[in-house]
Amino acid sequence: MTDKMSSIPQGSSLWKDARARMAKNRFAMGGLWVIGIMFSLCFVFAWFCPDPNKINLVNKFASSSEEHWFGTDALGRDLFARILYGGQVSILVGLIATAVSVAIGIVYGAVSGFVGGKTDAFMMRIVDTLLAIPFLVLVIVLQATLSDWSGEATKWIVESFGWDKEFTARLTNVVPLFFALGLLGWLTLSRIVRAQVMSIKEREFVEAAVALGYGKTRILFRHVIPNVLGPTVVYSTLTVPGFIMYEAILSFLGLGVESPNSSWGVLIKEGANFLETEIQLLLLPGLFFSLTLFSLNFLGDGLRDALDVKASKD
Amino acid sequence: MFRFLIGRLFQGMLVLLALYTITFFLAKAMPGEPFTSEKNVSAETKANIRKLYGLDQPLWKQYFVYPKNIITEGSFGISTSKGRPVGDIILQSFPNSLLLGLCSLAFAIAIGVPIGVLSAVRKNSWVDWTCMAIAMIGICVPSFTIGPLLQIYAAAHIPGLKVAGWGNLQDVLLPAFTLGLVSAAYLARLTRGGILEVLSQDFVRTARAKGVSPTKVILKHTLRGGLLPAVAYLGPAFAALISGSFIVETIFQVPGMGQHFVNAATTRDEFLLLGLSLFFGFLIVVMNLLADLLTGFLDPRVRLAGETE
Repeated sequence: MTDKMSSIPQGSSLWKDARARMAKNRFAMGGLWVIGIMFSLCFVFAWFCPDPNKINLVNKFASSSEEHWFGTDALGRDLFARILYGGQVSILVGLIATAVSVAIGIVYGAVSGFVGGKTDAFMMRIVDTLLAIPFLVLVIVLQATLSDWSGEATKWIVESFGWDKEFTARLTNVVPLFFALGLLGWLTLSRIVRAQVMSIKEREFVEAAVALGYGKTRILFRHVIPNVLGPTVVYSTLTVPGFIMYEAILSFLGLGVESPNSSWGVLIKEGANFLETEIQLLLLPGLFFSLTLFSLNFLGDGLRDALDVKASKD
Repeated sequence: MFRFLIGRLFQGMLVLLALYTITFFLAKAMPGEPFTSEKNVSAETKANIRKLYGLDQPLWKQYFVYPKNIITEGSFGISTSKGRPVGDIILQSFPNSLLLGLCSLAFAIAIGVPIGVLSAVRKNSWVDWTCMAIAMIGICVPSFTIGPLLQIYAAAHIPGLKVAGWGNLQDVLLPAFTLGLVSAAYLARLTRGGILEVLSQDFVRTARAKGVSPTKVILKHTLRGGLLPAVAYLGPAFAALISGSFIVETIFQVPGMGQHFVNAATTRDEFLLLGLSLFFGFLIVVMNLLADLLTGFLDPRVRLAGETE
């Protein structure tokens, strides 16, 4: 369906060009490496770390040692392990919230752009209206509502499925965040998708599909959307750092991830309490957090420039 | 002009209505009651309290009563957690937030715009790269890391600055600086882009060919057009300042609206939540309008939507 299988030897596809442009962008490639390392640390190396929740009050605020690379925190927990496990939560929130918002944004934007006319004008008016509302205000209200239900959800899951209570509680604490962010974060994406769809629906292969007598829904989902998927997913890499930042903000305000779960926002918050004596508790999570955001931004910028995805204003 | 204003006013009302509807139903969807913290209250007392706050009415009635009270009586309801009128809370905390917001906006412009101009003028030099790297750091290092660091380094070593608190005029400096950094970073990036675009245009080349000095080219010919993206960002910047204030007010213990909003969300204080959301929404609508007007003023080519041809 995508035209990447051009068999003419000297031909160059969109993706090939993009890859070449990308490889030349040193910032983006650096970002890619850092993210790769961060990923393997948080999702692979973390399994070999000590238990991040093991409290050892005798050994609190220990300095760096063979056993605890980054020392320990106020409860004697291994800081390195906590940063890696916190990274899992932060990165997952970023990725899953992005996935949720991409799913909504693609369907909404594609329908709006494909149908066109008054429906399109109306749907875009809704997006404009929602965009004018400060994002964090809505997220806080939605998150407060969703997380208020997490207690009930925990009880329900434990009773009806017999899951481990502690595990369920930790899960129901994090899951609302995915949705609070994802359910509200699709607005800009839907505009980008719409702009892409508007140009794609004029292309010959869509015309061919119409001529073959396919239904509108089939054309939209089988022919149009697969073709906007690539650029959209690329653009959405730029939203991942935004979501990670919002997770940290919410957690810092006590509205997001709560202990014993850790996330980078939670760790920075905890670290800020012992600022005067134990500044590494703030600096180290902050460093991991900023480095990840830094790389994700550079990577997203690079990918966007390489594929030249542009957001349309209207 | 007039048609534009009417159109935008209508749009603003729509935004507020959407915000109100979403916030209202989300607040209603929270499980439990706002008064669960008070222990062992008899059912009768509870019913009375609910009646006092108008919570015994059917949902659709409550939905209409609240805006009606705002318009007819100017009343935003009574905070269930503080027992005071929400209007009073807003009136009391708004001046603090406004001062913080304006100072941080001033910081953002004073830092961001010159850096952006410098970066554009020295495009692709190490000056440019350094400036843009700093701007990226401003975007990626969260205020809740910078804030605490400023608390222990700046507040401890610069006389007159306090770690936290709100009493003297200089207490606004640290929070405003922390809050303004992110917007400064965005402004720098936007200014750079805007100036670069203008610099590539023909009239700039003509001016240079005439022998106009480089400084004058920037100041007289480029700046006005080059600042347009930055000016257009002022509306969103204000929204970012409001969001940022939730964090900064918590760190530096500023008695502003942000703190109340966060508290309202955690204590399920629905009237406070509604009142503050609407107030934030109102501020954003006004700021977006001002930013649009300013854009039209700077660039007469921009025809404001709704204006006749």
